[in-house]
Amino acid sequence: MNVLVCVKQIPDPNAPGKLDPQTKRLVREGVDLVLDPGDEHGVEAGLQLVEKDGGEVTVISMGPPKAVDAIRRALAMGANRGILITDPALENSDAISTARAIAGAIKGQSYDLIICGTESTDGSSGAMPAQLAELLELPLLSFAKKLEVADGKAKIDRQTDEGYDVVEAPLPAVVTVTGGINEARYPALRGIMQAKNKEVKQVGLGEIGLDGQAGKAALTQEVVDATPAETRKAGEVVEDKGEGAKRVADFLKALKVI
Amino acid sequence: MAGAWVFAETVDGVPKPVVLELLTKARSLGDAAAVALGPGASKSTATLGEYGAKKVYVHEDAAFRDVLATPAVELLERLVEKDRPDLLIFGMTYDGRDVASRLSARLGTALIANATDVSAKDGGWAIISPMFGGSLLVTTVPKTKGPTIVLIRPKAVAAAPAGSAGAPEVQRLTDSVDTSKPVARVLRRETEKASGPKLEDAAIIVSGGRGLGAPENFKMLDELAAELGAAVGASRAVVDAGWKPYSFQIGQTGKTVKPTVYIALGISGAMQHTVGMKGARTIIAINKDPEAPIFKLADLGVVGDVHKIVPQLIQEVRSRKGK
Repeated sequence: MNVLVCVKQIPDPNAPGKLDPQTKRLVREGVDLVLDPGDEHGVEAGLQLVEKDGGEVTVISMGPPKAVDAIRRALAMGANRGILITDPALENSDAISTARAIAGAIKGQSYDLIICGTESTDGSSGAMPAQLAELLELPLLSFAKKLEVADGKAKIDRQTDEGYDVVEAPLPAVVTVTGGINEARYPALRGIMQAKNKEVKQVGLGEIGLDGQAGKAALTQEVVDATPAETRKAGEVVEDKGEGAKRVADFLKALKVI
Repeated sequence: MAGAWVFAETVDGVPKPVVLELLTKARSLGDAAAVALGPGASKSTATLGEYGAKKVYVHEDAAFRDVLATPAVELLERLVEKDRPDLLIFGMTYDGRDVASRLSARLGTALIANATDVSAKDGGWAIISPMFGGSLLVTTVPKTKGPTIVLIRPKAVAAAPAGSAGAPEVQRLTDSVDTSKPVARVLRRETEKASGPKLEDAAIIVSGGRGLGAPENFKMLDELAAELGAAVGASRAVVDAGWKPYSFQIGQTGKTVKPTVYIALGISGAMQHTVGMKGARTIIAINKDPEAPIFKLADLGVVGDVHKIVPQLIQEVRSRKGK
């Protein structure tokens, strides 16, 4: 059972995103970069599968050279090897370019399962996994909160507005996992030490045969404006000294809710 | 006029609420059409017409209900090639996102997700999406030929009937649906019942976060909600921890709600959550951390212990109702 897990390095989501007022671009300086917490669940899901059935977990990412740190984190959790697609021409890529680059980088290799988070915590369009599935002509099992693999098939509980659907697809398939699927393990010191010696292959666009077909050369869209949204005005904040509940009830009464 | 198509998700022939929102937007941008797929889809045509669809494409094959995304993508690709719409609008729903994303890869056209508005601009489109939990509004323009694909968040547009609309032209499709390729098939559907009103429709929502400390403490929220006739919601932290099912989740990856009153209990107000509830008319927050970002949104904030205040609040509400 060979599993490929797609991961992304993002600015620490606990530090609020800031915009340079002049360039209207994201301020990246001074912000910690981390493995997307959503992707930790993907790595965990992959590790649990190979621990049960044998096989290996390969982690793949696209990003600047320092994105290798996110891959190392996944390797420290226990993944076997990493692939980093990195190329200056890929800066500010669309989701479809990411999908093309990953599809290109894994061409000729066989995976039983490709696992992604449902969406990145920073971009959050959630388009890449489905685009990757389409490019590879594979079924997509999306929004999985439970994943089982047996008899050449993957079965998930797929979250819905009303509950969940049980959905099945033959392998190979692409799966997106939600944060609820598992508790991601914390890398142990031993894992962190071992990760330093694990292979991380770096490839550029030329090596994967995508020169001119991904990244800047193939932008499908352009951001032309970014403005701060109108913010809600904060109202009154009071400290509870025994009267808190009464204040809320009075407020609800004034709103004619009770 | 530009052709603006809406992917009309239906359940047993009834359009999902977001579909009527999308049609309201689509008809302001051009000739609106709807594509309704799956068993019972033809029952939805009158409603779709009422909200502005001049034409409705209908295909009732069970595969559209039982197989994820791929049959819809195959059919949409054929329809797009034949009738060449300028804009394809999907709801930012579980199925909408899968179908739109696959279709964009197939057509090689721009996909813009998380949108709250679309307008015509210089012969093309300008799409507005919130970023950073809605603190920033980004305008994106597509740069590809062929139809632009937009995923609009539920509740971003207020649905309104078109008024003067007549019955739409209905085109019944009977193309064979190819599912010979490997597909993701739905084996069964499970519903997680919640008591009280539906979260999406509720006028009052009582919502809990990690500050509640333990899953059993949601009982007091249920009690408060019952007193107020409210629905119960939850933050992602709580859902990820397994305290509540996903159907309760409000936020970026959950539901978007716009109640009259939103009561946030033990919710810190991470952007992931606030993007789904900041449209509430009035927000009340109780949290022990005076620095919690939720207080920047709240009309009334109480810094204190939810475990003490909520039971008191239930009593206060009861005594006021008794009067």
